[in-house]
Amino acid sequence: MGLKSDYVREVKAFQPSPPYAANAVKAFLVGGTLCALAQWLADWYGGTFAAPPLEAHLWASMMMAGLAIVLTAVGKYDDFSQFAGAGATMLITGLANAIASAAIEHRSEGWTAGVAGQMLKAGGAAVIYGLIAAYVLGLVWP
Amino acid sequence: MKRVGKQTWVFDDGVYIQAAAAAVGPLEADGPLGSYFDVCHRDLYCGEATWELAERRLMREAVDCCLQKAGVSAEEVDLFLAGDLLNQNATSNYVARELPIPFLCLFGACSTSMQTLAAAAALVAGGLADRALAATSSHNATAERQFRYPTELGVQKPKTATFTVTGAGAALVGRAPGRWRVRAATIGKVVDAGLKNPLDMGAAMAPAAADTIEQHFRDLGASPGDYDLIVTGDLSRVGSVIVRELLAESGYDVTDVYNDCGLMIYRPDQKVFAGGSGCACSAVVTYGYLLQELARGTFRRLFVVATGALLSQTMVQQKQSIPAIAHGVVIEAAGREPDLPL
Amino acid sequence: MEYVRAFFVGGLLCAIVQLVIDRGKWTPAGVAGSLVVLGVLLGFGGVYDRLAVWAGAGATMPLSGFGYWLAKGVMAEPRPEGFVETGAAVFRFAGALFSFIVAGSFAAALTCKPKG
Repeated sequence: MGLKSDYVREVKAFQPSPPYAANAVKAFLVGGTLCALAQWLADWYGGTFAAPPLEAHLWASMMMAGLAIVLTAVGKYDDFSQFAGAGATMLITGLANAIASAAIEHRSEGWTAGVAGQMLKAGGAAVIYGLIAAYVLGLVWP
Repeated sequence: MKRVGKQTWVFDDGVYIQAAAAAVGPLEADGPLGSYFDVCHRDLYCGEATWELAERRLMREAVDCCLQKAGVSAEEVDLFLAGDLLNQNATSNYVARELPIPFLCLFGACSTSMQTLAAAAALVAGGLADRALAATSSHNATAERQFRYPTELGVQKPKTATFTVTGAGAALVGRAPGRWRVRAATIGKVVDAGLKNPLDMGAAMAPAAADTIEQHFRDLGASPGDYDLIVTGDLSRVGSVIVRELLAESGYDVTDVYNDCGLMIYRPDQKVFAGGSGCACSAVVTYGYLLQELARGTFRRLFVVATGALLSQTMVQQKQSIPAIAHGVVIEAAGREPDLPL
Repeated sequence: MEYVRAFFVGGLLCAIVQLVIDRGKWTPAGVAGSLVVLGVLLGFGGVYDRLAVWAGAGATMPLSGFGYWLAKGVMAEPRPEGFVETGAAVFRFAGALFSFIVAGSFAAALTCKPKG
């Protein structure tokens, strides 16, 4: 048996596997911290403006998204994601980063075909499938 | 010039690299080979407005610097051969637009550096050009946005991913004796090992590199010991181990003479995942570092095997596997060529 | 205590998703889309309402929370009826986030170049 006999299978021995445990721990710690931060923002907003929890959480998510957009604009969010993995990409902040990064990247192709046309190329899947699911279910849900 | 075996061209009547130059971006300039490069930019934009213009500037600077070193004006060059990674080879076409030289555009993904050099050497040896200029470029950000994602998108890349080198290399090939002699070239076949992960191109390209190296040995009746250094283009940490293993299975032990440009261009502590890749990886390491060390006497004969993953974003999205190719060129220190079966 | 719950639920969700991604079968965009759709489904089922009350931002911050906002728009009283009202209701809460992100991204593109 050697590499040449069945390359696709045998080559796996040479491909380093991801550090599952370390990645999961980093995602847990960073994702958890961001959620706790959002919780603090929501509490502050709810307390200060006497807003219902729903509105307070929506506002907190918007602020976290705004923070992600600012970090994307200054070129730091990609480094942060490389460290935190799903802890950074699978939150609302990740969606904000996906949309903002595409918008910033394609400004060189102009404001219509570039920024507007390409804005959803990375974050589109999350928005579009969520929208379809909610709309269709909303029409048929008793 | 003659063909030996099935895929190898031997240039036995004097084809020389007369000058070569390399221009690089900030991370490469900061790497261990930084002092060997002719033009080093501190800014990834290289003073231009967009990534694409930055890459074009790098290639133009490499070309200008190469011609200046050779003391030759652009009008005296008979042929310009170039390629890069952008769609339609945009960088090369736009650089050629500014040069008064007949132009052949070549694409071999990251193997383009040796593809253009081999073609230039063959055309010069065949008498179709007195001087031919070969150039290639790549840019980390243009490659990222074309082949992968927006540069600022947070994606956690695996350890097998490679980091596209920002830079450009150019070499002037001619009949007049120079410091380096192009002795042979082996043109590779497209090899598709069946891998589909664009974030592990080292493993996808290693079989193509092994195929070309083995063919080269067979065609010439040579062995690894005939070379001071056999260097692959951009197999990186993952692929370089695989190619050694593949060659060992065929009975060639290259361990003592083997290296990979993708491992040489960055320091281990630079954040480049498995190592460097891209057209410029083999180009700047060869035209910057390796040629200077040949001239200095560190090496007498090199076999540079540039490896290319013929990756298409569309084909990968349609679940097709990644074909790969590798072209090798033997470069010797002129006047001190070792004896060989060549 | 609510911070601990938010931290734990949000973190756990991220860790599980990380393991799914690291297995290498799904692309990050595919995982993100699935997470949003999961949030929509749980939102309609009423499960996410209870989770959001218990875990707070630990439930609303992950991408499944975006799906929850989409579903919540349709499920909140008064319930919409028909194509027109339902289509508009989807954006009742999620629209706030989406509009903010799109406008913010545009503002970022107006002022900043990619840093590479």
